[in-house]
Amino acid sequence: MAEASYPDDLLYHAEHDWARIENDEAVLGITWYAQDALGEVVFFDPPAVGTALSQGEPYTEVESVKAVSDVVAPLSGEIVAVNEALADSPQAINEDPYGAGWLVRVRLSDTAESETLMDAVAYTATLGG
Amino acid sequence: MNAATTAPPAGSGLSETSLQREPAVTIFERGAPGRRAFQCPALDVPAVDPHELLPAHLRRSTPPALPEISEPEIVRHYVRLSKRNFDLDSGFYPLGSCTMKHNPRLHERVAALPGHARLHPLQDPARAQGALELMWNLERALSEISGLPHVSLQPSAGSHGELAGVLLTRAYHESRGETRHKVLTPDTSHGTNPATVTMAGFEVVALATNPDGGIDLDDLRTKADSDVACLMLTNPNTLGLFDPNIVEIAEIVHGVGATLYYDGANLNAIMGLSRPGDMGFDIVHFNLHKSFTQPHGGGGPGSGPIAVSERIAPYLPVPTVTRDEDGHFNLDHERSQSIGRLRGFQGNYGCFVRSYAYICSLGAEGLKDASETAVLNANYLLARLKNTTHPPVAEYLPLAYGKLCLHEFVLSGGPMKRELGLKTLDLAKRLLDHGFHPPTVYFPLLVDEALMVEPTETETRETLDAFADAIAAILSEAADDPEIARNAPYTTPVRRLDEVAAAKHPVIRQALS
Amino acid sequence: MLDAIGVGSVGEIFDRQIPAPVRLGRPLDLPAGLPEQDVYEHLRALAQRNVSAEDELCFLGAGMYDHYVPALVDMLMERSEFLTPYTPYQPEISQGGLQVMFEYQTAISELTALPVSNASVYEGPSAVASAGYMARLHNGRGRFVVSAGLHPHSIATLRTYAHGFGVEVIEVPLREGVTDIDAWAAAIDEDTSAAFFAQPNFYGAVEDAAALSAAAKTAAEKAPVVIAQVDPLTLGILAPPGDCGVDVAVGEGQSLGNRLDFGGPSFGFFAAREEFLRRMPGRIAGETRDVDGRRGFVLTLQTREQHIRRAKATSNICTSQALNALAGVVYLSWLGRQGIVELGELLLARTHYALQTLTELEGVEALHSSSSSSQPVVREFALRLDADVAAVRERCAEQSINPGADLYALTGREEDRGGLLVAITERRTRADIDRLADVLGAAVASERQSQAVGA
Repeated sequence: MAEASYPDDLLYHAEHDWARIENDEAVLGITWYAQDALGEVVFFDPPAVGTALSQGEPYTEVESVKAVSDVVAPLSGEIVAVNEALADSPQAINEDPYGAGWLVRVRLSDTAESETLMDAVAYTATLGG
Repeated sequence: MNAATTAPPAGSGLSETSLQREPAVTIFERGAPGRRAFQCPALDVPAVDPHELLPAHLRRSTPPALPEISEPEIVRHYVRLSKRNFDLDSGFYPLGSCTMKHNPRLHERVAALPGHARLHPLQDPARAQGALELMWNLERALSEISGLPHVSLQPSAGSHGELAGVLLTRAYHESRGETRHKVLTPDTSHGTNPATVTMAGFEVVALATNPDGGIDLDDLRTKADSDVACLMLTNPNTLGLFDPNIVEIAEIVHGVGATLYYDGANLNAIMGLSRPGDMGFDIVHFNLHKSFTQPHGGGGPGSGPIAVSERIAPYLPVPTVTRDEDGHFNLDHERSQSIGRLRGFQGNYGCFVRSYAYICSLGAEGLKDASETAVLNANYLLARLKNTTHPPVAEYLPLAYGKLCLHEFVLSGGPMKRELGLKTLDLAKRLLDHGFHPPTVYFPLLVDEALMVEPTETETRETLDAFADAIAAILSEAADDPEIARNAPYTTPVRRLDEVAAAKHPVIRQALS
Repeated sequence: MLDAIGVGSVGEIFDRQIPAPVRLGRPLDLPAGLPEQDVYEHLRALAQRNVSAEDELCFLGAGMYDHYVPALVDMLMERSEFLTPYTPYQPEISQGGLQVMFEYQTAISELTALPVSNASVYEGPSAVASAGYMARLHNGRGRFVVSAGLHPHSIATLRTYAHGFGVEVIEVPLREGVTDIDAWAAAIDEDTSAAFFAQPNFYGAVEDAAALSAAAKTAAEKAPVVIAQVDPLTLGILAPPGDCGVDVAVGEGQSLGNRLDFGGPSFGFFAAREEFLRRMPGRIAGETRDVDGRRGFVLTLQTREQHIRRAKATSNICTSQALNALAGVVYLSWLGRQGIVELGELLLARTHYALQTLTELEGVEALHSSSSSSQPVVREFALRLDADVAAVRERCAEQSINPGADLYALTGREEDRGGLLVAITERRTRADIDRLADVLGAAVASERQSQAVGA
């Protein structure tokens, strides 16, 4: 499993989600901390393209052997793509949480919402010691 | 893996031969084509072309690929398989919240009497008077033990009793023209509570736990409003603690017109000592397989009767057992306000026979003794662990809440994990090598690295001492070399299993034919 | 022990924890305890006041059947290692129980021709209701369409559950003893979450399962989940639900090696298509390897379950019926691949003989008489008596015969007045059937005579 890392080019939500904003779209996933707390992910059932996301509300789940965790939307919008590869290799969420382990791509409904998210330094500070 | 850590520890209760260590072979991999155990009774009626009786489009084209195997092979297969199980009759089984008490064999004998075992559930009540009397007597006993006047034996398990209870609550509010949406459960509750609430169409609202391990009264006051249908509570709770504020809790809940539901999983702590009905509960479920010693069967069958107060009684499931003035028993199917049926027939009667036999054996004093001894055993084991100074068990495994406990207690393995690098799971797995079934682990969720221990009244002081010594030995061993426990167990039929692979690529049946 | 705890008495432990106002403060009002032999005598005396299938010739069925349970089932169920453990939370010391679950799931999948089976649920009717809840979670729709051929206890249980989670239940009538397929298709709409039928149905008749499934799936734009309550012992000869387009097969497992026990405990089975794997209720065992590469079994897919998912669990079910399911898989192994077919053929022949013999009696006809010959029956059939059923059953009981169940008492349906549901197991020989014919014929005749005299 990868070492703990929180890339500077991402924005973070307190519920341990990240967002990579690309114009009016964003790629979403869960942070290293979240995947570490969860343990090895064994199942991810991607939501349907077209599903509406609302900031702060759960939009999907990731499962390990003994836990299931809601994934909270860091931003509002509509899903335009999902990471189909995770169906066969959900462990990518553990191995590469910011790369191959991305969950969904969203067309943002309110780009101003990104200002409510944290940068890497602020997010890391919330994780404590 | 080095050789030193794969050998059974010296003095362990378990040798390599006490549980079968051999390659797993399924029943479908045994036998041979054409081999058989069953001999079909002769065709004694005129032969008719089967295809005339059952046209081809309704017929099965190829037989199901069931085993083809002789009787001796079946017996040997399952007897050998049985030896790959640990069981209560072989050793200590302090599985918290499950009340693994001795199962007297008398109960199996009486349940197997043909008058009970071969009684058809639709036999006319006039010709099933013994069964109905037994059910009536059991209902009366459960009513007295719970302090609530009316009982239905129908629910099949504790979770089923919970569903009954929440549906009764719904019926009660509906009869008063009220629609309520929320059910409160503490964050320490059994997972069945919130799952039941959702299934019964309500929304779960979790209550916080106070620093003493009880319900946070301020949180309860904030959340208890006229939209709350019910509070589901276990008392003593899953921390083994009796909530001292129970009377006030009942007043708050009743004050907003909601019902109070008692999860009876922990009734073994208080039989003959305190009654849910007297605490203000409206609905109680019993786990006959816990407090009243129905054998656990490797995970069922169970039985989950409910007892209710007068205001809930009109909605009890059908049928109910009645007794007329002449002492004749009957089944009443015509109850206009009933929630209906929860299952077929009358319930798990075979479980009623066993639990009734248990209550007859113990009587009023015996039930109280059972609870007192269960509580004494739990507190003694807790004290034995606390009083062990080499190693300092209580530093590694502190009691999560309180000082004393009732029938069970919850330790936190948090310090053990931090200081010895041993997770609760590792401790549990190493206990297997010492010949003990581990306590419940990782429940309740609010305790870090929880270890939930329920010894029951069955155990002797010697067993409790041996268990405490085993815990101490494992902690000492881990102080020297935590790797030993981290890789345990060593002496079991299989060692740690790959649960990730099992969940990722589920193989839940054998590919046949 | 008290010294170690630091209290003066056991009472003090309670005094320090349970507030005085909620202490009982008196002995329970229950009889004093008894020695083992006295309890045995008391329970034996109660048993003797029951008339069991040991004491009379029993043709009762209607959901539970007096099949022969081989001795090896009793012997294996009584073994401590199967009788006294709990749910296999520690797989390293529970391989016996876990492998039994895996074998059981395999056997149920074979019987039903459906790839996914859980390790069992409580019993039949609640399994039907649980399947309804699964369908509701799956598609979120608002109504269940139910054939009147479903067991009345299943319909009642489904109604109880569905009222809780807010789904309407609509009943479709029978026509000539089987589900009216036109009414069935007409009742299914866009908002139908699931459609239920029974095979064989409650009245004993074999349904055209493939036709019902196909009709359900094409009745509306969006197909409902097709759920069949199936008698597993008939699946040696009846087309398995998975081959008939059924999505979920559930049912009562009692006929597989479990005794009658006045209605329980037995087990319910629950099998489904692959797409329902992660929505199944109950325990599921799966195969895996240990750290040394040995084959082993674990409880798997537990994130569906209440102890992890809590309010969002697929069901509140906690235990399965492991011991009863063990009886089931041992029984199926004992019957074996050919045996389950042979037993099915025997039941078919004897049931046919019984139906013919009884309907030749004066005042006795098939309940659905217009086409009785065209509706196949496997183990059970419905008669109509031209006499008061309760009175006839009393007369038979005096001759130590229980001729079957009073249909109207079970269904409350007007069209079932005079109905008698007769079950034939392999324990009922031709001689037994002939004796039933004699006694039932005489009872009906006497009853008609006394009715005529009374009129």
